[in-house]
Amino acid sequence: MIKINRISKAFNGKPVLDNISGEFDKGKTNLIIGSSGTGKSVLLKCIVGLLQPDQGSVYFDLRNFTEADKDMKSEIRREMGMLFQGSALFDSKNVEQNVMFPLDVLTTKTLEEKLDRVNFCLKRVGLENVNSKMPSEISGGMKKRVGIARAIVNNPNYLFCDEPNSGLDPQTSIVIDELIKEITEEYDITTVVVTHDMNSVMGIGEKIMFLYKGHKLWEGSYHEIMNSGVKELDDFVFTNKVMKNLKGKVTSL
Amino acid sequence: MKGFGKYVIFLGSLFVRRETFKTYYQLVLEECIIIGIGSILLFVLVSTFMGAVSTIQTAANLVNPLIPRYIISQVVREMTILELAPTVMAIIYAGKVGSSMAGGLGTMRITEQIDALEVMGINSSSYLVLPKIIASILMYPLLVIVAGVCSLVGGYLVGTLTGIMTAEDYIYGIRLAFNPYFISFALIKSLVFAFLISSISSYKGYYTQGGALEVGIASTSAVTTSVIAVLLSDYFLAQLLL
Ligand SMILES: Nc1ncnc2c1ncn2[C@@H]1O[C@H](COP(=O)(O)OP(=O)(O)OP(=O)(O)O)[C@@H](O)[C@H]1O
Ligand SMILES: [Mg+2]
Repeated sequence: MIKINRISKAFNGKPVLDNISGEFDKGKTNLIIGSSGTGKSVLLKCIVGLLQPDQGSVYFDLRNFTEADKDMKSEIRREMGMLFQGSALFDSKNVEQNVMFPLDVLTTKTLEEKLDRVNFCLKRVGLENVNSKMPSEISGGMKKRVGIARAIVNNPNYLFCDEPNSGLDPQTSIVIDELIKEITEEYDITTVVVTHDMNSVMGIGEKIMFLYKGHKLWEGSYHEIMNSGVKELDDFVFTNKVMKNLKGKVTSL
Repeated sequence: MKGFGKYVIFLGSLFVRRETFKTYYQLVLEECIIIGIGSILLFVLVSTFMGAVSTIQTAANLVNPLIPRYIISQVVREMTILELAPTVMAIIYAGKVGSSMAGGLGTMRITEQIDALEVMGINSSSYLVLPKIIASILMYPLLVIVAGVCSLVGGYLVGTLTGIMTAEDYIYGIRLAFNPYFISFALIKSLVFAFLISSISSYKGYYTQGGALEVGIASTSAVTTSVIAVLLSDYFLAQLLL
């Protein structure tokens, strides 16, 4: 479980996040949603420590990460896996070396153990026989899968995904979403997914935090999102005519 | 000035929370290979031609029959050791190696590869940049030595083949009144230049913000800034050590 407590962040005096608190549950895919530029990525970066929040703290299973010393921080970081918006594969390494990288730097496993684990993870995300391909030689969807494999290779307790399906077709998106959900449940980890894709919201949104201009306006599950009564959220959810017509007619899913 | 402060802090950050010695050893080795193999051909080409051209031009200027021909190769030697090999090559090195360091790191920054390292708990600046600086400091002096030799060989070939002077004259001039301290001076200069070029270029690349356009800007500005730093330090080192 990850808990965030009154997080605020401003850039050059311009507030981006204002006093955001909440919890992300273990064994669930927790979503952070909101329209472009509302601070979702900034919030995620504050949680994983790529950005230092101006105020507030982040707790990983009751361990205060924000105020932790260097050793404690790297210990908690070893338990994290992250899938970046653009996959962020190392272009100088092939698929196998990319997935193996966290094991190389964080563990003392032998090469055989590492190879076993890498192949297991690649198989888990549905990729086989691509070990020696370079990132530039595989498609966007495959990159995301390699990114997921790299994120889970060291058995993380916390998995973070920034827009796992941006730039993918709806079908591949669903496959990736399902994969994230399955992995979360299978290993009982805490997963936080940033997205603005309504398909993901309805597909895997067990717990959803809605951000609007740096504020947290709503929290709930996809069962409740249609009837939140929050105008800004309705504007986000019911974007097109078809959806607008649905509004009010749907009571529960 | 603000940039300079940030640069100093950046240099400081290279030495905290380091990985194991073995990791660095491998990374430095890889960088050395990239730098060495990548620049050797260019260095050989440029320095050979520079030596050849200096010989022809010096000869063209020394028309007075009272001046012995071997003075030509002596002049070429001094020019090569003091300026052509360490300094002019540094400018080429900045264009070739510095720009690729800045471009590579800039791309890693904008594609979040640097963030990915940080999330794994790795000190990305020391992991990525320190090996580049160490490899540069190891390889650049070697490249300068190669360039120096090539330049003198280039001069020899042109001097003898075009009949400007005899082989004996050339060799005699090269060895005449030789001051070995100039070699030390050239090597000291090359250590300083290697450090400046690699650290400035890495700094420019590491702090790239934005997109592909900014990566291009970062690598151009890495070359410009390194060249200015090289020329300034060349001046101060000459004042200080000669
Ligand atoms: N490093 C930074 N420096 C200055 N401003 C920043 C920085 N990072 C983000 N911002 C600003 O913070 C705001 C929120 O950005 P953020 O990337 O979190 O949006 P987002 O919700 O992830 O949007 P999207 O869905 O488009 O990715 C934006 O206005 C952005 O300009
Ligand atoms: Mg974002």
